[in-house]
Amino acid sequence: MNFPILSSLILLPTIGAVFLLFSKDKNSNTGKYVALFTSFVNFLISIYLWYLFDSSTSNFQFVENREWLKGFVNYKVGIDGISILFIILITFITPLCIISVNNTIKVRLRDFLIAILIMESLMIGVFCSLDLVVFYLFFEAGLIPMFLIIGIWGGERRVYSAFKFFLYTLLGSVLMLVAIISIYWIAGTTDIVQLYELGIDIKYQNLLWLAFFSSFAVKTPMWPVHTWLPDAHVEAPTAGSVLLAAILLKMAGYGFIRFSLGLFPVASEIFTPLVYSLSLIAIIYASLVALMQEDMKKLIAYSSVAHMGFVTLGIFTITQQGIEGSIIQMISHGLVSAALFLCVGVVYDRIHSRLIKTYGGLVSVMPKYSILFMLFTLAALGLPGTSGFIGEFLILMGAFKDNFLVAVIASFGVIFGAAYMLWLYRRVVFGNLTNKDLLKIPDLDNSEKFILWSLALPVLFFGFYPEPLINTIEVSVYDLIEMYNFNLNMFGLEVLK
Amino acid sequence: MNNLNFISPEIFISLSIMFLLILGVFKKNSSSLIHNLSIGLLLITGILILNNPFDSAITLFGNSYVIDNLSSLMKILTILGGAFVLSISTKYLKISKIFLIEYPILILCSILGMMVMISSNDLMVFYIGLELQSLALYVLASFNRDQLKSSESGLKYFVLSALSSGLLLYGCSLIYGFSRSTNFNIIGNSMDSTHYGLTFGIVFILVGLAFKISAVPFHMWAPDVYEGSPTSVTLFFAIVPKVAALTVFIRFLYVPFFNMIDQWQPIIIFLAIASMIFGAVAAIGQNNLKRLVAYSSISHIGYALAGLSVGTNEGIQSSIVYISIYIVMNLGLFSCLFMMKRKNQYFETIDDLSGLSKNHPVLSLSLLVILFSLAGIPPLAGFFAKFYVFKSVIEQSMYFLAIVGLLSTVIAAFYYLRIIKVIYFDEEREKYDTDHSIWLKISLTFSTLLILLYFIFPSKLVEIVSSINII
Repeated sequence: MNFPILSSLILLPTIGAVFLLFSKDKNSNTGKYVALFTSFVNFLISIYLWYLFDSSTSNFQFVENREWLKGFVNYKVGIDGISILFIILITFITPLCIISVNNTIKVRLRDFLIAILIMESLMIGVFCSLDLVVFYLFFEAGLIPMFLIIGIWGGERRVYSAFKFFLYTLLGSVLMLVAIISIYWIAGTTDIVQLYELGIDIKYQNLLWLAFFSSFAVKTPMWPVHTWLPDAHVEAPTAGSVLLAAILLKMAGYGFIRFSLGLFPVASEIFTPLVYSLSLIAIIYASLVALMQEDMKKLIAYSSVAHMGFVTLGIFTITQQGIEGSIIQMISHGLVSAALFLCVGVVYDRIHSRLIKTYGGLVSVMPKYSILFMLFTLAALGLPGTSGFIGEFLILMGAFKDNFLVAVIASFGVIFGAAYMLWLYRRVVFGNLTNKDLLKIPDLDNSEKFILWSLALPVLFFGFYPEPLINTIEVSVYDLIEMYNFNLNMFGLEVLK
Repeated sequence: MNNLNFISPEIFISLSIMFLLILGVFKKNSSSLIHNLSIGLLLITGILILNNPFDSAITLFGNSYVIDNLSSLMKILTILGGAFVLSISTKYLKISKIFLIEYPILILCSILGMMVMISSNDLMVFYIGLELQSLALYVLASFNRDQLKSSESGLKYFVLSALSSGLLLYGCSLIYGFSRSTNFNIIGNSMDSTHYGLTFGIVFILVGLAFKISAVPFHMWAPDVYEGSPTSVTLFFAIVPKVAALTVFIRFLYVPFFNMIDQWQPIIIFLAIASMIFGAVAAIGQNNLKRLVAYSSISHIGYALAGLSVGTNEGIQSSIVYISIYIVMNLGLFSCLFMMKRKNQYFETIDDLSGLSKNHPVLSLSLLVILFSLAGIPPLAGFFAKFYVFKSVIEQSMYFLAIVGLLSTVIAAFYYLRIIKVIYFDEEREKYDTDHSIWLKISLTFSTLLILLYFIFPSKLVEIVSSINII
């Protein structure tokens, strides 16, 4: 394979964005079709990538290695079983976001599409990069388009939310930059593959782990640095919320697996109790807070915090089931939370209110909407038969293997999850139709139907048949854990005792 | 005679100054001609510098004047900066009714002074160069003499700068007293031990130099002078003298006093940390863009000093890379400032940028790129500048400096974001004029593209700079 397929995946949306930048009219549909076309081609490429992908090995595939910062950092990209699913998730979600702008974005459509496309490039870059500096570059650069998306097209408190989002994330990640440069001086390279082989000296691991953690914890978001998320979600336009929930949050989970576990096994072992506690607090606390929310978007935002709590919990069980479950949970949450935000977007476009009490009795005016909304609600609370179940089940299985008490507490999170999601659904969809404005609203139009069904199908499909996902990630996760345990036995045992 | 070849750029620029002065006196209404001529002469000077050999260091006049890679590169930066300042400020000067022949001539004088500073290898030569550039700068600061603010800023700059020059001169005399020479190399060789007198001398000279680059705590003049001076002069202040002063910093610290790194390193680290934090915090409250640039330049100088404090060739190189990228960013920023003009009146507060993106999408996009780059967000050039500095800082395990520096970038990001917020999120106002000169457009496009696309070939600049080995 000489064709740089990953680089073309990264570059294609940017090329589309540049093309849009030079187009004359600002609000016509032509721009939308250009953007849609680019992102759809990207989706096809990524599916082809999955087809070419060899899931029987954990080696990085489609690797490209180019000289970049001379003698110091190479532009190196490549994927393995852990990252490929995220790339497909990105290329799948982005066209849906672009279709959804129909009703939500009224001003400066062209600029919005440019921001979304550039965002797509950067997000794919995050999951492809095999060099810490390149990773950091993509990871941070994503702040710029997201800041603009929230700030320009957001709701009333958009300025506050955009600043909070930007500064929180930046503050978290500058420490990671210090850590990355330190790794270069400690190990002599920032190439992940080489670092996996070399290992990092144990005496530095704790501090480096904490520096990476500070960045990923903010991005995940873990309790207590999660407060930017509800604000950003509530104020962002629907497509922005979708990108934020479906993909941006996953960068941190991916980072934990790839960097925290891969590079610092001893420190990960030492800090596992910390991650467990924070994850449990996130699960329980965020669920309880979600119960009290009156704003639908905020409720879903807090549910994201709880779900990501499960993800971090699963990752740090360091068992085959736990990590696989986390990855599947992230993919599933990517689909489900995206769909839930789109569902909120659908009614928000009609009534312009996100408050739960505005609604009630939607089932009699919007039956199709109610069915799809129910499907995603059930998927969010992890009903068997939806992809949400597979993820949570595997995570809890991994947790039971590792620590009984943690697993029991986490299981309560599942119950709370059912409580707030079902209660939300009951208040919005069932009950008496008291608000007279609701009588006139139309059911889903074609594009909304298309978006929600295309999200619903994979949720159901992978719920019944998760085999393709597990097959793809299995070997990579297995080898990661092998490497983790090997390093732990080699270097870390006396430290841990 | 051979020596004169190597200083042909300096000789050429001196002759040009005299020629232009005579031309200005004898020919009426020659402002425009002199302006254009001076840009051309500057570029010729640049070519003459390129003509010098690049691989070896040449010392002249009894080892008091040195031509090496560092001096050639910094001179070219100075000259390019000067040429850009002259070419983009023509229209501004015309509208502000200060389009006089003295302006380009003074700028050339000050550039000549800087070239002498950059090449100096002797305390006396260095002082002469410094005074030549400062005297020209005093006049430039108060160039718009009918305006109270401009005269005030010139006077303020003169008084404070004279004070710092005095301190500097006192430091020179102390060093001469304790080492029996003013020549950098002889001072370096003759130092038998770390004598306290020498340390005092270093401190006095560092104070004087820190004043020239407006490092905290010697920054007080900068905001007032930046605000009061005509915008074109502010641009000149913000970029060109910094290059020269930074070179003197490098040469002064690393040639004679490299053995005393224990003595001066804490001072530089303190200056760096104080500048980074103060520049970032104080800029938050500013509404005048020129004042804000003053504070932001204070904090950027902090980063350049952080690179200098390291004590390795990589550190010096990173700091030169930093200052080069900083120049490009400031050129872009000021090009935008020059474009904020409505009915022959320039605007310079942040509120005037309100909703700019709706009326002037291209200008706003450039500003967006430049501001994010100033804030140091990847993948823009400003990130790489910081990245190289911190790479060399962390190499020496100076983690405290690195962490403080990076945290202050977060604080600084806040005020850059505030400008972006005003441009992109706020309500629009009246349109600005769009009849900009071609040079202004070129410089804005050039700097924006350079910042935006720097990440494609990030090694080019570093390769050029890596030929500079002082230690």
